[in-house]
Amino acid sequence: MPQVLALVVLLTVTTAVGLWWRARQGRVRAARPAAAAAAALPGLVEDWAAAGVPLGARATFVQFSAAVCSPCRATARVLGALVAEEDDVVHHELDVDEHLGLVGRHRVLATPTVLLLGPDGAELARARGAMNPAQAREALALAPALP
Amino acid sequence: MTQPAGPRAATTSPTTPPTLPGIDPRGPRVGAAITAVLLAVVVVLGVAADTWTAALVLLVVVALGFALGVARGVQGTWQGWVFTTVVRPRLAAPAELEDPRPPRFAQLVGLVVTAVGVVLGLAGVAAAVPVAAGAAFVAAALNAAVGLCLGCELYLLGKRRR
Repeated sequence: MPQVLALVVLLTVTTAVGLWWRARQGRVRAARPAAAAAAALPGLVEDWAAAGVPLGARATFVQFSAAVCSPCRATARVLGALVAEEDDVVHHELDVDEHLGLVGRHRVLATPTVLLLGPDGAELARARGAMNPAQAREALALAPALP
Repeated sequence: MTQPAGPRAATTSPTTPPTLPGIDPRGPRVGAAITAVLLAVVVVLGVAADTWTAALVLLVVVALGFALGVARGVQGTWQGWVFTTVVRPRLAAPAELEDPRPPRFAQLVGLVVTAVGVVLGLAGVAAAVPVAAGAAFVAAALNAAVGLCLGCELYLLGKRRR
């Protein structure tokens, strides 16, 4: 019966896509050391400052958000709560519509995308999709604590 | 330029105004579940020749619902009406309200996908009806089940291509 086959295929595809999508939400991906070294160019601090992102002494969460993104709100709350209890770590939320240049330069493909920057402005890690508190702490652990 | 990031450094958030006219976040997900069931019926009817016309008619009904959602917001659809009159009275008040713009964007995506299916179906491409309904089903079912956010995944792709 083609009807049964169509329904089975539909539910299988939907389940597979759902499991794949959910598993990658907020997953922390550390920047590869070579890429991080190449990104650690002089002028990054000024670049981010020009975009309205003064960097934290230890680390900075830069969150790209959009009006049509509801998990962006939850992610902003999670990161806001984390930086409130950590010294020298800040969180900035940027609207993608107002920062399309940064979106292109940093290969942001979806919202929310969170970049974790070191004190020199280089990317230490990134996560795409809603982040939970454990994932936010996992990302921050990649930024060396200040002496 | 770099400000010292002292203790208790605040979050800066230009995108999230403190007060938004919010909707119950469970409404769009209940609506998506209803829509997903209808779209699954379209797929089942659309793969057999003798029920294909019924599938097309039902897909038009679903597309009109998406058009309502685009015009009035997801709370203005008939699925939204079902939620507020049948489901919501049986639930506790929501913990928080949600911005209506993300689900409205998803309604627009649903409208485009189902309208393409209807137009191609009318033009004689019979397979377009179950295929479009299937694609819309994946999005609607995942929205209902795991909170898939179409605006998150698609909005920026459209922006970047421009």
